Amino acid sequence: MNSPRLSLGPLQYYWPRARVLAFYEEMARLPLDVIYLGETVCSRRHELRTRDWIALADDLASSGKQIVLCTQVLLETESDVKALRQLTENDGHFLVEANDMGAVRLLQNRVPFVAGASLNLFNGESVRFLAQLGALRWVVAPEISADELAAVQAQRPADLQTEVFAYGRLPLAYSARCFTARHFRLQKDLCEFRCIEFDDGMRLRTREGDPFLVLNGIQTQSDRVMNLIGELDALQALHIDVLRISPQSQHTPQIVELYRSALDGRLTASDALEEMRELMPSERCDGFWHGKPGLMVEATP
Amino acid sequence: MSASRKVELVCPAGGLPALRVAVEMGADCVYVGFRDQTNARNFAGLNFDDKALREGVEYAHRFGAQVFVALNTYPQSANWAHWARAVDRASEAGADALIMADAGLMAYAARTHPSLRLHLSVQGSATNHEAINFYYEHFGIRRAVLPRVLALPQIRHVIASTPVQIEVFAFGGLCVMVEGRCALSAYATGVSPNCDGACSPAKAVRWEQTPRGMEVRLNEVLIDRFGAEERAGYPTVCKGRFEVDQKTYYAFEDPASLNALELLPELVRAGVSAVKIEGRQRSPAYVAEVTRVWRQALDACLADADGFRVQSAWMSALSRLSEGQCHTLGAYDRPWK
Repeated sequence: MNSPRLSLGPLQYYWPRARVLAFYEEMARLPLDVIYLGETVCSRRHELRTRDWIALADDLASSGKQIVLCTQVLLETESDVKALRQLTENDGHFLVEANDMGAVRLLQNRVPFVAGASLNLFNGESVRFLAQLGALRWVVAPEISADELAAVQAQRPADLQTEVFAYGRLPLAYSARCFTARHFRLQKDLCEFRCIEFDDGMRLRTREGDPFLVLNGIQTQSDRVMNLIGELDALQALHIDVLRISPQSQHTPQIVELYRSALDGRLTASDALEEMRELMPSERCDGFWHGKPGLMVEATP
Repeated sequence: MSASRKVELVCPAGGLPALRVAVEMGADCVYVGFRDQTNARNFAGLNFDDKALREGVEYAHRFGAQVFVALNTYPQSANWAHWARAVDRASEAGADALIMADAGLMAYAARTHPSLRLHLSVQGSATNHEAINFYYEHFGIRRAVLPRVLALPQIRHVIASTPVQIEVFAFGGLCVMVEGRCALSAYATGVSPNCDGACSPAKAVRWEQTPRGMEVRLNEVLIDRFGAEERAGYPTVCKGRFEVDQKTYYAFEDPASLNALELLPELVRAGVSAVKIEGRQRSPAYVAEVTRVWRQALDACLADADGFRVQSAWMSALSRLSEGQCHTLGAYDRPWK
């Protein structure tokens, strides 16, 4: 049985340009197989513009890793659609992850693409439909459980790869509104780009002080960190091709190394998890994987 | 604006009584769902079985109104057959259109019932013409319901760039998150709007009077705490009060519901084909009153968009129904964002 490959998901946060470039320079040296690039959250963020992400993809191509450019999840304006075309028309040079059906329309039957998690693919029919249009990989929506995924896997075409969000704060919701701007009583159009001040978003707690969610501009994330390090055997049994690690400002290289070691059998899952305890930005969760509320923790490896 | 241009008034019905009054009060179309998780208002005691749907369709057709069936949740592999069967059942009952979100299910409907009219649900999260045209080219959708995220200029642009009719929300509850792109309820309660057709289900809600106030939890997560003088709302995650950077506030939205009445001429001029009232979970009395007001307003607007003035009687009738909640223009008005 082949061991899954490791990918780095797109950066969800807004960091200064120099920091982004330094981050990916480091990522290029890590034991990752796939790197996803691009701004998926907010079109107002401009430290790197679309052409800069494409240039970064060019720079990283020599690392030997597969580079994938990601489209935005929520497109609102015509300029968002123009940016989308810039990505989809990169001459087939780079693979593109399509994060809405508009992106799929621009890629279908022309170049292979990755069907992103926000396409809401929950069943074999939909997955097969996207494969017919040229998807070579689909990314599983985080809310799908292992049992549901097994049923889809049984129906997937032989040459379609499956990628699972294995590690990171879960992207849970998108809005037309910016909650970071709202926090500062600013309008989204005049947001002063305050999200650049928060490397890992703004933590939202309940009125009892329990960490619950993270505000990241128009995106809302889980505070808890989805971590499937204890499920590597199950993931392999389900023939998952790629495991995704979502970037955080701290300790991403160590997390990648620990996943790699566990996949290579150099470290047990429980030892890897033990080492991750100090590296995760919050508590662990894996409820979705077990068909439970996402914030729950079911399994201890 | 000539009176001849048709803009349909699309009204909700959670059961036959609501369907009947909607038709009587002048709804052009009534949208409904089956009594299960195949639609996004999967609430106990709500919705239609096959017999009620047939009766509803018959009643609506007798008065020249149409019935749309919402099959707008995402089936999973294990329960696929149930959703496919729901497509067949809606077709057999004589529905005028299906409102759908899942690409695989739309492919099934287009293949199996080629003459059945398909609409793209708001749950399909199609916010741009490329996405809408995708569904048009593959499944021949005739109409798309826009997610409540676009401002008016963007709506105009979408309409200019697609052959698909555009339907927009005009009144009722307002999701602050993009429909189809929200797993907050699934994260907190395990019940998913995308797959189960419900958000923050009653079984996960717990109210408790405490010395600090009335506390409301969603599966143990404290969503809000209310003082004696405060109006306690239903605890969806997005409507709660939380603490961010030592400030406690409505982190996502202030309690408010959508009322686009004053934008009606703009929406009509923009070329929308239909305005939609939210609220299949509402009472027949509510549906009757909202339909009555919006029928009058839409008729006035279609007769003379330039001379259209919002009548204070309409606004006060709608405000009474919203139980004192504030009204907002939502995303149609950019400052809301």
